[in-house]
This record gives sequence, C-alpha cells and structure tokens, in this order.
Amino acid sequence: MSFPWAEHYTPKHPAMQWIDEKLPLPRLVYNAVGAGYPVPRNLNYFWNFGVLAGLALVIQIVTGVVMAMHYGANTLVAFSTVEQTMRDVNAGWLMRYAHANGASFFFIVVYLHIFRGLYFGSYKAPREMVWLLGLVIFLLMMATAFMGYVLPWGQMSYWGAKVITGLFGAIPVVGEPIQTWLLGGFAPGNASLNRFFSLHFLLPFVIAAVVILHIWALHIPGSSNPTGVEVKGPQDTVPFHPYYTAKDGFGAGVFLILFAILLFFVPNFLGHPDNYIEANPLSTPAHIVPEWYFWPFYAILRAFTVDFFFVPAKLLGVLAMFASILLLFFLPWLDTSPVRSGNYRPTFKKFFWILVLDVVVLGYCGGAPAEEPYVMISQVAAAYYFAHFLIVLPLISRFEKPLPLPNSITEAVLNRYNIQGEQDALPGMGSDPQPSNAG
Amino acid sequence: MASVEHTNGEDVAGGGEVRRRDFINIAAVSFAGVGAVAVVLPLIDQMNPSADVLALASTEVDLSAIQPGQAIKTTFRAQPLFVRHLTDKEIAEADKVDPSTLRDPQTLEERTVDGKKQWLITMGVCTHLGCVPLGAGEGENRGEYGGYFCPCHGSSYDTAARIRKGPAPKNLEVPKFSFTSDTAILVG
Repeated sequence: MSFPWAEHYTPKHPAMQWIDEKLPLPRLVYNAVGAGYPVPRNLNYFWNFGVLAGLALVIQIVTGVVMAMHYGANTLVAFSTVEQTMRDVNAGWLMRYAHANGASFFFIVVYLHIFRGLYFGSYKAPREMVWLLGLVIFLLMMATAFMGYVLPWGQMSYWGAKVITGLFGAIPVVGEPIQTWLLGGFAPGNASLNRFFSLHFLLPFVIAAVVILHIWALHIPGSSNPTGVEVKGPQDTVPFHPYYTAKDGFGAGVFLILFAILLFFVPNFLGHPDNYIEANPLSTPAHIVPEWYFWPFYAILRAFTVDFFFVPAKLLGVLAMFASILLLFFLPWLDTSPVRSGNYRPTFKKFFWILVLDVVVLGYCGGAPAEEPYVMISQVAAAYYFAHFLIVLPLISRFEKPLPLPNSITEAVLNRYNIQGEQDALPGMGSDPQPSNAG
Repeated sequence: MASVEHTNGEDVAGGGEVRRRDFINIAAVSFAGVGAVAVVLPLIDQMNPSADVLALASTEVDLSAIQPGQAIKTTFRAQPLFVRHLTDKEIAEADKVDPSTLRDPQTLEERTVDGKKQWLITMGVCTHLGCVPLGAGEGENRGEYGGYFCPCHGSSYDTAARIRKGPAPKNLEVPKFSFTSDTAILVG
C-alpha cells in the first residue's frame, strides 16, 4: 500500500504498544496521514484542497448537529425554529451562518480540488478509482446540499424542492410516480420536509465513509504531483508529517481567515433574500435560482428550449444536466494522452482554461433570469462543455505533441531551483538525464 | 443396514437427481429472498403519499365576482388553481390559432365547458418543473401570448393556457370540474 521506504510505526510508550497490539488504529493513522505516508516532494498549493474539503466536511457536521438540536422538521414550525435559532439561541446565529456559508466554502474547495484534478490529469491510471469515488462524493454533496437548502422552508427552499423533484417528473411514464414518491405528496409538504431532514442528517456520514474509501484508493498508488511523473525512489518523496501537515495547516489558516471574513462581515452575500420569506405554495418567486454552486448545471438544464427528434425540451434539459456530471465518470477513458500534467501539454492547457471560462460563463447564466441573451449564451456554453469532453479531449490526446517530461520529480525540483550537481550525486535517477530547458 | 445409511449419508443421489444439500440451499436462499422483498416493499412504500395526503378533496369556487379579464388563484389538492374569466378578445385570440401548429394541440373548446367558453379553469402548475406561472394576479406579467408566463424558465402560455414558447412540454392541466350553478363550479 505504501512505498517500501515509508517510515515504520514503532510505538515507544508501553501504553501505545499495548494499544497497537489490541487495535492498531494509531498505526493506521500514522501510515495514512502521518510520517508513514511518503508524498511527492513537489506538491504545490493546489494539493491543499483535499484536506481543506475534509476540514469543510467536519465544520458542516459539527455545526449541522448543533442546528439539528434547535430545528423542528414540520412545515408549521420549520421557518420559525430557524429564525429562533438565529435570534434566541445562544450563538445560534453563528452556528447557522457557519453552516450556510460552510456549504459554500465546501463547494469552493471541492471545485478547486476537481479542477486541480482536471489540469494535472489526476484522474488517469492508476488513479481512476480515486476520481470515480470523488465524483460519488460530489454527487452525494449535491444531494445533501439540495436537501439542506429545503429545511428552512423559505420561498427558495420550497420552490427549489419543487423544481428539482420536478426534474424526475420529466422521465417518461414512471416520472410522475417517482416525483410523488420522492415528495410523499403532490407538492412539497410536511412529508417531504421530514424525509429531507432525515436524509440531510444521514448523508454527510455516508460522505465521510466514501471519503475514507477515496483516501484508501489514493494511498494505493500514492498522491500524484505537478509533474505527473511517478515517484521513482526515496529522493522523490517526503513524509506526509511533518511536511504536508505543516503545509496543509498553513492552507487551513488561509481558508479559515477567508471563511471568517464571509461569516462575520457578509454572511448573506451568497444567500438569496427570498429565503427569508416563508414558503408559499401559491406564489413563485419572480426569479427562482438555486444556490450558486448549482448554477452551471442549472444553466445546462435551461439551455434546452425546443424539442429535438420528438424528445421534449424538458426531458432533454434534464438528461443534459445529469449527463454533464455522469460524463465525468468516463473522463479517465476519454483523455487517452499518457502525459498527466497540463504543464507538459501545451494544447491541452489552452483548452483547459477555455473549459474553466466556459463553466464560469455557465455559472453566470445559471444565476441570471431565463431570458435573452443568457439563454443563447447558455446554449453555446453547454454545447462547448460537452464538446470539450467528448470531442476536444480525445482529439488533443491524439494529435498533441507534449513537452519533454523530466526524468524524475527530483530532477524537476532541482532544475526549477537551478541546482546542478546534486543531481548526479543522487541515486536512482534516470540513467541518462536529459538537459532541461527549464529555469 | 449400515451400507444403506452410508449411501444416504453421502447426500448424493445418482441419476441426475437434485442433491438434498442443493435443495436446502436453494430453498433457504429463496425463502430469505422473499423475506427480504417483503421487508423492502413497505420500506419503499412508506415514502408514498399517506392516506391524509391522498384523501380526496374537492374545491368549490364562486365565480360571480370575477370580472372579464380577471383571474383568481385558489387551491385544489394543495396545489394552485387558476380560474380565469376570458374577455371576448382573448377568446378570439385563442380561436385564431391553428391547433395543429401547437406543441400540445388542443382548441379552447376542448379545454372549456360547452357554452361557457369564457371560463378557463386550469391548474396553476407549470408543466415544465412545477412553478406557479404568473398572470392570474393583478398586474402580473402574462407573457408574450397574453395568457400565463412562468418566471422560472420562461414558458409562455396563451389565452387558452396552451404552451406556446419555452421548455414546458404540455398545456396547463385542466382538472375535472362541473358547473353547480351559473356562477359556481365544483372542482374534483
């Protein structure tokens, strides 16, 4: 599971030895996120976001359990118990704002984590399973966030629930029974609120379990790195602790400062004012939007306005939205280039940034009203999104001429800092180190 | 006697017969499988609408105060219901359209009661994703076809509440209703 030169866990204290014989949990932790896990020495700050996502999950679980202590999952009281938490419960405002903004931060770091993976080819063999499990976590996060947003039973909660469960209604024949089954009624009501609360409490723990699988699958080949060149020997790695615990600790500090700024100074910046109006089944908000982290997908949903080949526009939109995520499950097999890192793929790099821009544009259109020019822009942007993965990536993989790769991580690091000489002294290097243009 | 016991004890019957052990294995797994299904079914079914939600309700609406051009919003089975008194101009506009050009072809006659064409009674649930369209309330945007306009994804309905533009696949649903008098209807 780990490299042969990984440091061994040798408990010195008799109590630790006693525990190690009975239940080697400290050993597991040591080998997973301690000195026993060798990590490439050249990770940049984009490798912080996995740990930060874990931190965000912990924040969500802690504040969420607290919120549940003050919440009443009944349509008669849900809205007022949330307001009570805000006004009357000691530090309740802090818990709720931390939970609501914590969700946004969770998505921010997860999106950065995903784009890190896209740029540096982290989804490629032998790490396909890491990528697939990550997508499962992403889907679970979206389901959890959606159900959590319904709980305050404000206008956006109610109408969000109606629109999202309405997606299932688009499926031919079985759609409407499924929608009714999901809601426990013909429209969101008390039954829906109760089950969403139950599942919103459950799913974060399922996410935590899949996170463990994600890390487990990661630790079999070990972490990837910015060069995309695999670890070749002990000189390419440093122990996770203290090197990356320190680096991640610094990242966590920056994360928490930014989080605190949002939390204490503009806690409603990412929220929607309509959700401070209690749910009213008879009045749709003039401009109904999901939370910002769903905007790109919402734009794809709305991009379909006309029927194609007898398939209704509504069903097309729903299929496209689900396809936009399911597509990512096939990514390891769509991008066939043997070079992982975008740093050594000049053409890929350009299209990667076009994709980033495309998703930002989709996000902007998803948050905008359903009118021109946004519909038209969403259509073009949605078309590019699919074209990127289905056409552009396979073609680039075929025709691109990648830049020469360094022989090893160590060589890349030394070249970067213009350190010569040490290279020759290091064992286990490539037999014929090429002169590099870098530096 | 001992030899008979021995052959039985081998659990093997010759001539392609089923072994006793296989039979017990299949029977036990089948039995457990049926049991598992019997447990899963109620676990799934509990999420369906409960009896109190399903309990049929009918709604009576008094039409006497609704002037031509006006509409009211009420509820029918916990969902919004639009009752609209069409003007002559709106009826003419709806009749002018060739139904075969529509996404969900229907005439105004088919969507209203004989002789009471001016009363357009529909669910206020957009057939796209279930938002409440605008247009029933005073001063609300009625969209470019003068009927209803859904603000969520921009579906426009005409004065017969038929889908004309946008992502919704069907016309607004006309529920089952009947006139109890000249100025009152019973929906449901």
